[in-house]
Amino acid sequence: MKRHRELTFKLALMCVGMFGFGFALVPLYDVFCEITGLGGRTAGEAQQVTENVDYDRTVRVEFVGSLASGAPWEFRPTQSHMIVHPGKLYETHYFARNLTGRPLVGQATPSVSPGIAAKHFKKVHCFCFTQQEFEPHEGREMQVLFMVDPDLPEHIDTVTLGYTFFALDQRS
Amino acid sequence: MSTTAIDVHAGHHHPKGVWPWIMRWVTTTNHKDIGTLYLTFSLVMLFVGGALAWVIRAELWEPGMQFVQPHVFNQMTTVHALVMVFAAIMPAFAGFANWMIPMLIGAPDMALPRLNNWSFWLLPFATGLLILTFFLPGGAPAAGWTMYPPLVLQQGASLPFSIFAVHLLGLSSIMASINIIVTIMNMRAPGMSLMKMPMFCWTWLITAYLIIIAMPVLAGAVTMLLTDQFFGTSFFSAAGGGDPVMYQHIFWFFGHPEVYIIILPAFGIISQVIPAFSRKPLFGYAAMVYATAAIAFLSLIVWAHHMFTVGMPLGGQLFFMLSTMLIAIPTGVKVFNWTATMWRGSLTFETPMLFALGFLFMFTIGGFSGLMLAIAPADFQYHDSYFVVAHFHYVLVPGALFGAFAGAYYWLPKWTGVMYDEKLGRWHFWLSTIFVNLTFFPQHFLGLAGMPRRIPDYAVQFADFNMMSSIGAFGFGAAQLLFVWIVIKAVRGKGEKAADKPWEGAEGLEWTVPSPAPHHTFDTPPVIK
Ligand SMILES: [Cu+2]
Repeated sequence: MKRHRELTFKLALMCVGMFGFGFALVPLYDVFCEITGLGGRTAGEAQQVTENVDYDRTVRVEFVGSLASGAPWEFRPTQSHMIVHPGKLYETHYFARNLTGRPLVGQATPSVSPGIAAKHFKKVHCFCFTQQEFEPHEGREMQVLFMVDPDLPEHIDTVTLGYTFFALDQRS
Repeated sequence: MSTTAIDVHAGHHHPKGVWPWIMRWVTTTNHKDIGTLYLTFSLVMLFVGGALAWVIRAELWEPGMQFVQPHVFNQMTTVHALVMVFAAIMPAFAGFANWMIPMLIGAPDMALPRLNNWSFWLLPFATGLLILTFFLPGGAPAAGWTMYPPLVLQQGASLPFSIFAVHLLGLSSIMASINIIVTIMNMRAPGMSLMKMPMFCWTWLITAYLIIIAMPVLAGAVTMLLTDQFFGTSFFSAAGGGDPVMYQHIFWFFGHPEVYIIILPAFGIISQVIPAFSRKPLFGYAAMVYATAAIAFLSLIVWAHHMFTVGMPLGGQLFFMLSTMLIAIPTGVKVFNWTATMWRGSLTFETPMLFALGFLFMFTIGGFSGLMLAIAPADFQYHDSYFVVAHFHYVLVPGALFGAFAGAYYWLPKWTGVMYDEKLGRWHFWLSTIFVNLTFFPQHFLGLAGMPRRIPDYAVQFADFNMMSSIGAFGFGAAQLLFVWIVIKAVRGKGEKAADKPWEGAEGLEWTVPSPAPHHTFDTPPVIK
């Protein structure tokens, strides 16, 4: 009987440990993504870049904007795509409008695909770094300054920058 | 009629009246009773899940919308999968474990009989919770059995119910696993060393460890879904800094071992049945043990082959592709050893052997399509197509389910004390085999031609193969009624009386006790030479 209890206890402990392991995967995944750029994550703050233009190469950068479900906004890129040279700084804008009659605070989360391109996509300035306050029915363009790093792997010729815009009190 | 054991206990094992009869089954801690409960429950659930599959196949009978709305169709696919995996197949093998493991290792019962009772009785409630969601506003879960966020978080009232159901089902299988490990580690008869154990015990021992490793991770993943939805966390919500793709990683860390949790006990049964009807010992016993352990280990590091298309660095794709293909080696060892066991054996083809052979052929077909899916660049074409549906149904139906049928026919004489109807058994096998192939083989072609899974309507060029598949599904379902009839006949004692060892070539301690096995066996441990 004592032998049973000991082994049962050990196995139960193993279960608890594995339950914890599931949760430990969350920070582990974050670290992993930050190192590899997996999951299309880009830096959450402005990055230092030096221009070193590669005029022999062009990359197509596409822009998409989407809304968190039920978010009361209009949100879209002002241009669908750009042809850029790696190593050169470019500017584009996204447009957002508050569709409600009350002030709203919104924020955008960026993502880059393919995921491997994420760490080669540098944002010098981005409206996604800060919270965006909107008066009732206010609409405005918001700036993104970006550079595609010349280290971008050779086989990638198209990079998509996407933003999901959501109201800050609305965390779905 | 067998010995005194039954007569002595006749009083409290066969009580008079409905209420005492119910309470006997509710409160039983006897491993044979609980095994019977598990097996009965899983057979009922096979038909519940099968009914849902019939709705799916009826809707897919021809292009266009026939019987159900797309949302209802999605509920059918989701609940069909959850019921079949957690309420039919897994409890079936838990039933085999309960009935047979103590008898195979010469133990009087499971090590933790009360826990055993509890782990069974959680099941009907958990499954009830899941099925009741059909009556909630918004219906049952409809986002697929994999429950990917953000879709799953939009499904309405059923979400917390289905998550609690998954929690309870997981808890039940974890408790059963703890019980099985403690029984095998502590209660083997003197002289029964680990490497003398019947293969079925080995595969279940390894399965039980896999359950303990994988199931709590699933519990964690669905708990995160729950807190994301109701308690303001953002594990999987990009808006709050989380990542929905992370759910897929956590889910498949559970999900891939789960496929081996389902198939390894079937491997064990096949390893008992093939030697018995080949009249030869299992070829390469030690290799079988190591192969099973290798499969279990590899199953823990290959999960991302389910998600090649989410976008992964080349190194990641190569790792998951090659490690997945590596599993073909120990699996190949097993198939080779089963085949070698039959080599120059004096084979007979009673129903258990037929199902074992069917398993061998058709599981291997599923294994090969699995290898095709493991090829990362090709997977971009196959992903979420009917090819995937064909693949996993081949390993689950003529794989795991046929394994369970082989075991049921093999041990039915021991359980009931009479020989089942051999002629009907063979009918059951041949009808099942014909219809299962008619159902799932055309789905390979559908998938390669580009038909996506989880859709209620499809383009007209897929019509013919879909109709074939539907005919197969109706036939397969109907053929299972034959199995129910065969079992009922045997349980009611209609049939030739079974000898203690009804199979000439069978080996093992279970054949040394009378048929039917008395309520208590091996109260004094047997001597193992
Ligand atoms: Cu897998």
